[in-house]
Amino acid sequence: MKEIVPGDIARARIARRIASEFMGRDRTMIINLGVGIPTMVANFIRSDRIFIQAENGMMGVGPKAAEGEADSRLINAGREPVTETPGCSYFDSAASFGMIRGGHVDATVIGAFEVDQTGNIANWIIPNGRQLGVGGAMDLVSGAKQVVVAMRHNGSDGRPKLVKACSLPITGFHEADFVITELGVFRFIEGVLTLQEIAPEIDLTRLTELTEAPFVAAADIKVMDS
Amino acid sequence: MPDTSKIVSVKDAVAAIRSGDRIMVGSFGNAGYPENLVETMTASDLKDLTIISNDLGSPGIGLGKFLANGQIKALIGNYYNWNPDVARAYNAGEIDVCLVPQGSFAEAIRAAGVGIAAFFTPTAAGTVLGKDKETRDFNGRPHVLEHAIHADVALIKAYKADELGNLVYYKTARNFNPLMAMAATLTIAEVDDIVPVGSLDPECVVTPHLFVNMIIKKGEK
Repeated sequence: MKEIVPGDIARARIARRIASEFMGRDRTMIINLGVGIPTMVANFIRSDRIFIQAENGMMGVGPKAAEGEADSRLINAGREPVTETPGCSYFDSAASFGMIRGGHVDATVIGAFEVDQTGNIANWIIPNGRQLGVGGAMDLVSGAKQVVVAMRHNGSDGRPKLVKACSLPITGFHEADFVITELGVFRFIEGVLTLQEIAPEIDLTRLTELTEAPFVAAADIKVMDS
Repeated sequence: MPDTSKIVSVKDAVAAIRSGDRIMVGSFGNAGYPENLVETMTASDLKDLTIISNDLGSPGIGLGKFLANGQIKALIGNYYNWNPDVARAYNAGEIDVCLVPQGSFAEAIRAAGVGIAAFFTPTAAGTVLGKDKETRDFNGRPHVLEHAIHADVALIKAYKADELGNLVYYKTARNFNPLMAMAATLTIAEVDDIVPVGSLDPECVVTPHLFVNMIIKKGEK
């Protein structure tokens, strides 16, 4: 199947859209970014009021370290060498997850294998015997004030990732607040999966075909920035 | 003269560890692990170890050496996807693995150190990782009971120790180290530098010396 939006463009579009969501709130935001597309969100943030928390014990994560300036003991939760921002701080893992569980982190951006129509998220394991790890995924989805899912709209085999019911082990129940894909911006509004923006490449009929979960289109639906 | 008797050789420190011990090791993805202690242990005949750590490094690297050497009986931790040898050994029935979500894992270690037997948390309620745990509703939300995680030995990596064992850490190499320092019967700290008593800013000490039993220096026999 030919991709409607090529991979690199899709990933950058998702990350940029999430960054603009946070920047548009015009207030101080503490955010946590998962690995993959979520990490790319940092590249699009232009604000001195958005602070990135890394669950391995850092508040105020800066850009990735330049080649030659990497410090193996200054890394993000994806093990990438990063830099400090002015006013950053370090703390132990219990304090870090205390921030998350205690509701002090405004939003977490995570990837997912599946999100279902009730906001259940499956993102920690595909039970194929090759993976054995949960990391902070369960703590993040249950603890952060808002959960923003950043994912491709369909899997590499074309299968919808927004589904009626998750088939993979659940990370957290009814925790998703936003799902942002290259084809649309979805928000759970009072438990109803609502399409707020649609990509310029497709129409509602085509998007419905590519989405297993039922959703409603917002009355003031907009076209997503390409 | 300050009492400097906690400062020992790595050989003497490792001699205090027994086969079959439950051993906590600080680190997050190879940042902040006590390399000298791990190297010395992997050159020893210690076996049947239960390793309690965030992850197990990479295949044959960092804490991954314990597995490559066949010294592990069980793992308690949360993220082994960086070391696929763990899933392989688990599937082959060679080791036991207990996964605890990272925040619950950190808090369970802290709990052991501060005298809390168990605590309720919403993390993992209703999931596969919460299914054998006691569940109770608080404020209309299900919580699972997580028990404290204690160890026989904690292997800590800090940046500097003074001669009494007060510790300061370095950036994200801090991670689980200060928690583990509180949660074991015997705490061994490996540090880059040992400085005279009085030279660390008391406002900046993260682990006060009462939690530390032995101090060894990185890179020294």
